[in-house]
Amino acid sequence: MTAAALAVAPPSPTSKGSPMSTNETGGRLNVPGTPIFDGQTSRRGLRLNKMLMSFRSAENRERFAADEAAYCAEFQLAPEQTQAVLDRDWTAMIDLGGSIFYVYKLAMMDGRSMQYLGGVFTGMTEEEFLAELRAGGRRG
Amino acid sequence: MAEVIWGLATSHVPSIGAAMDRGKTEDPNWKDLFDGYAPARAWLAEHKPDVAIVVYNDHANGLDLDIVPTFGIGTADHYRVADEGYGPRQVPDVIGDPELSLHLLESLVDENFDLTVFQELEVDHGLTVPLSVWTPEPGDAWPCPVVPILVNVIQYPQPTAARCYALGQALGRAIRSYGDDVTVGVLGTGGMSHQLAGARAGFINPEFDKMWLEKIEKDPAALAGLSREELIREAGSEGIELIMWLIMRGAMADEVTKVHSHYFLPASNTAAGIALFDNRAPQPA
Repeated sequence: MTAAALAVAPPSPTSKGSPMSTNETGGRLNVPGTPIFDGQTSRRGLRLNKMLMSFRSAENRERFAADEAAYCAEFQLAPEQTQAVLDRDWTAMIDLGGSIFYVYKLAMMDGRSMQYLGGVFTGMTEEEFLAELRAGGRRG
Repeated sequence: MAEVIWGLATSHVPSIGAAMDRGKTEDPNWKDLFDGYAPARAWLAEHKPDVAIVVYNDHANGLDLDIVPTFGIGTADHYRVADEGYGPRQVPDVIGDPELSLHLLESLVDENFDLTVFQELEVDHGLTVPLSVWTPEPGDAWPCPVVPILVNVIQYPQPTAARCYALGQALGRAIRSYGDDVTVGVLGTGGMSHQLAGARAGFINPEFDKMWLEKIEKDPAALAGLSREELIREAGSEGIELIMWLIMRGAMADEVTKVHSHYFLPASNTAAGIALFDNRAPQPA
């Protein structure tokens, strides 16, 4: 590994998001369009990811469905994290520290596929996103 | 002395397991993938090891983010199949080999690879899908006991490719120093290029994947020289999990014989690869 490859990259001036947002890069890497789930992101998302992890149990899935806001409060989510969950704002969940593998647990409960999420992240329908994958994937 | 007889690299995409579990392997979207597995499966069925080592990562099923071990090893005699949120896969639980696990652990710690010990571990698709790729119809039990080796590929900083390759080389020495004369298969799992989140979601890089498939056989040291940033840029934020192939490859001899390889896309959002290597020197003609 070369030191140059890991040189500290400045934050992208074009990235968007709330002050809490991870934007699209981690602190050290800058790969456009690519969220880096780094230590700061994981710290920010810890409670959100803990709640999403709890969905491995059927009983917890039922309790969440019965009162989503109360369940978020139980896990002490930040207000904007709770809002993102209630709104199913998948991009915001990632920006607010959600790991895609954890966020996907909520998507599965909603009957949503990873291709649906891919469409959301890229501004496409699920069908359009799937068609791009079948055509050999996106180059980006 | 134990001996690595083969190494298998394979993607572990959950939908590959789901396609098998739901009888969709003849579906047009999947047939080429499973046809591509057939020669490897046939060879593996003729070369059953006494024990297998599966290098994999968990996906928020056996581990959460409270503790993020860079490297870990299971030392249990039994690993339950995890419920990932929709009920466990209907495949056999995994039988462990605690004696081998503890030997590998001691050898690796002595070589300064300080692995985290998992005395209890539920295994998810990261481990069971590669077993299904190898053995599509296990019946009541997988072909042999399994030692899981876990790698953090989810939270940055993931271990470097160089460190993974060096761990694999130490693993190879640890296997060869085991007292019992057992045969070992080593599986390196994950990949190939893919990215699940962000504006670049859906990213796939066939040119990189083809390069990786060639060099994992002939020049793994070159792959070990790739930086984390290069891997994320060229293989995608989840494609970096290809570093787990280097642990498998490091445990093998410098010269291996390729039995079979195949490349397919897309499996879910991922380019799926398989590469099977015979670790026994070719017989003189």
